[in-house]
Amino acid sequence: MHSVVAIKQVPDTSNVRINPETGTLIREGVPTIINPYDIHAVEMAVRIKEQFGGTVTVISMGPPKAMEALIECIEQGADRGILISDRRFGAADTLATSYVLAHTVEALLAEGPVDLLLFGKQAIDGDTGQVGPGVAARLQVPLISNAVVIESFDPVARKAVVHRKIEQGIEVIETSLPALLTVEKEIAAVKRAPLPNLINAARYKPEMWSADAPVPFDIAQVGIKGSPTIVGKAFTPTAREAGAILSVAEKGLSETVADALEMIIQANVVTIQNHNGGRP
Amino acid sequence: MSEQLETSSPRIWVFIEQEEGQPHPVSWELMGAAGRLAEELPGSVVEGVLLGHDVAGIAPLAYRYGAKRVYMIDDPLLETYRNMPYGVGVSKLVTKYTPEIFLFGATTLGRDLAGTIATRVHTGLTADCTELAIDPKQKILAATRPTFGGNLMATILCRKHRPQMATVRPRVLPMPEPLAEAEGELLREPLDLKESDIPVRRLRLIPGEEQLNIEYADVIVAGGRGVGGPGGFKLLEELADALGGVVGASRPVIDAGWLSHEHQVGQTGTTVRPKLYIAAGISGAVQHTVGMSGANFILAINSDPKAPIFQMANASIVGDLYKVIPELIRQVKGTGNGQ
Ligand SMILES: Cc1cc2nc3c(=O)[nH]c(=O)nc-3n(C[C@H](O)[C@H](O)[C@H](O)COP(=O)(O)OP(=O)(O)OC[C@H]3O[C@@H](n4cnc5c(N)ncnc54)[C@H](O)[C@@H]3O)c2cc1C
Ligand SMILES: Nc1ncnc2c1ncn2[C@@H]1O[C@H](COP(=O)(O)O)[C@@H](O)[C@H]1O
Repeated sequence: MHSVVAIKQVPDTSNVRINPETGTLIREGVPTIINPYDIHAVEMAVRIKEQFGGTVTVISMGPPKAMEALIECIEQGADRGILISDRRFGAADTLATSYVLAHTVEALLAEGPVDLLLFGKQAIDGDTGQVGPGVAARLQVPLISNAVVIESFDPVARKAVVHRKIEQGIEVIETSLPALLTVEKEIAAVKRAPLPNLINAARYKPEMWSADAPVPFDIAQVGIKGSPTIVGKAFTPTAREAGAILSVAEKGLSETVADALEMIIQANVVTIQNHNGGRP
Repeated sequence: MSEQLETSSPRIWVFIEQEEGQPHPVSWELMGAAGRLAEELPGSVVEGVLLGHDVAGIAPLAYRYGAKRVYMIDDPLLETYRNMPYGVGVSKLVTKYTPEIFLFGATTLGRDLAGTIATRVHTGLTADCTELAIDPKQKILAATRPTFGGNLMATILCRKHRPQMATVRPRVLPMPEPLAEAEGELLREPLDLKESDIPVRRLRLIPGEEQLNIEYADVIVAGGRGVGGPGGFKLLEELADALGGVVGASRPVIDAGWLSHEHQVGQTGTTVRPKLYIAAGISGAVQHTVGMSGANFILAINSDPKAPIFQMANASIVGDLYKVIPELIRQVKGTGNGQ
């Protein structure tokens, strides 16, 4: 059993601040975290390993700092971490990212079989959710997006039954293996890392792969060169205009509420049938 | 038939999403946007792409929303959505007819499929756009989307690769009025797959407990952490009932288990576009407001006069929601002046 999990280190977007003058992101001092969905993917892979044996490999494309995220995954129970890091990979869009990750998986496939690929549903910095589907398309493995439960997993018959969340409810899918799942947080609750794992991780050094070694990447397909999309401009969202501010403390309750209702009625957005005003 | 197709006119494609023969309304919202883009791209045509089984009946509706032509793959293998046969079918259409622009709803299905198509045909895809326009100089799609949790907007361009692909969430774009009558052309294409080619099967569907349909509600009464507990939502529900609306919530409410995820509005919840949005006990974090700033009228109720939500509300009440909401209910129901 070999599971490969793709994880991304992202800025904690709840702490992101924007420079109002330049409209750019203030990166200094913004903490980085493992993309919240991805850590659940790691946990799922570890649980499968606990049940069926085998190994969990965690891969990430990012700057050297992303080593921290890989080590955290080793703490969670992953066996091997690979950071694919090269200046030439910078400014990649989802197409270029999916190429790098798919090519990495292909390199792992040359070493031995891979039974399961786990990705997060989406990364909270870009929120695209495109990288998982892209890698599945490149590797030509079945894609099961928004997975919430692995109902059964049979590495011998090479089949799994997976629940995925869709608008109509839960879709129960049988898939052949290997398959690529993009996971929701429900897939597996993250446990506190056990002490032996922590000790293990403290000594662990993730592998660092460049664009040239140990496997060469096609430079035309990576980074900005390999990205069909570019950011034309970035700006802070235009705010709606503030309307009237009514204060209960100043006007009294029923008067304030009546005024607000009057504005709603004037704006013609709803019909309020029995409304007779709050005014005595 | 295909000889008649204009080869020079740029095609603007809309993926017509359907489930059990029911078209998803986001398809028509996208048709409306495609029509506006077409005005900026001389000679272009708006066309629909329709996959499923026994779905030909949807095509006439697509014409009324502005499609001149619908490319349809109708096959029993497409009875329910599966990534692989849909991916193969749509990619084949793209390769054959080379659309200039291709729009999808940012639904679970649309996201799953669009990411696959973009990779298969090797092009750029911009997810969750809030605005689509044609760049006047370069005559290409300018797709604007929020990033970094809504803190920043970015306009994405795809210069050299085609089609230029984008997904848009339901309710982000206005719903156009359909024409009373319109004609179009239906082009059938084969799928050329066997069941044994497909690596997945749907075993069953466990229907969702709640069909809340918050995204298409006209009135939403939303509560946040300020509601303080699950009990308070009874009050919000009463107001929602009186206004013919539904209850929405900010994320902490869902995280605390006071309401189910279907109620969550915002970046990681649903985008809504009601006529009236009442936000009670919600501070107005950007991750929340990106999901509701399209509302026609926002009434904010918050005890903190400095709450950021007041910066964007059409009307704001500084006060305790436990006093304000019962009074609102009384006045809406017309049951006296509550002194
Ligand atoms: C990646 C990411 C994604 C996110 N996605 C979403 C999302 O989709 N949707 C979402 O909503 N949030 C989302 N969030 C969370 C978001 O950042 C905010 O934390 C959240 O919206 C705050 O919810 P709130 O306004 O209910 O709570 P608070 O910010 O705690 O505000 C509570 C408000 O209630 C007021 N209040 C308290 N008591 C009363 C009273 N008795 N009467 C009146 N007012 C009262 C307070 O003054 C305060 O303004 C996301 C965050 C991250 C990092
Ligand atoms: N640079 C990256 N390195 C490793 N995995 C990634 C990277 N970018 C995205 N992913 C994976 O793809 C998922 C979806 O990301 P996105 O498509 O960017 O929303 C993430 O949850 C990760 O599992």
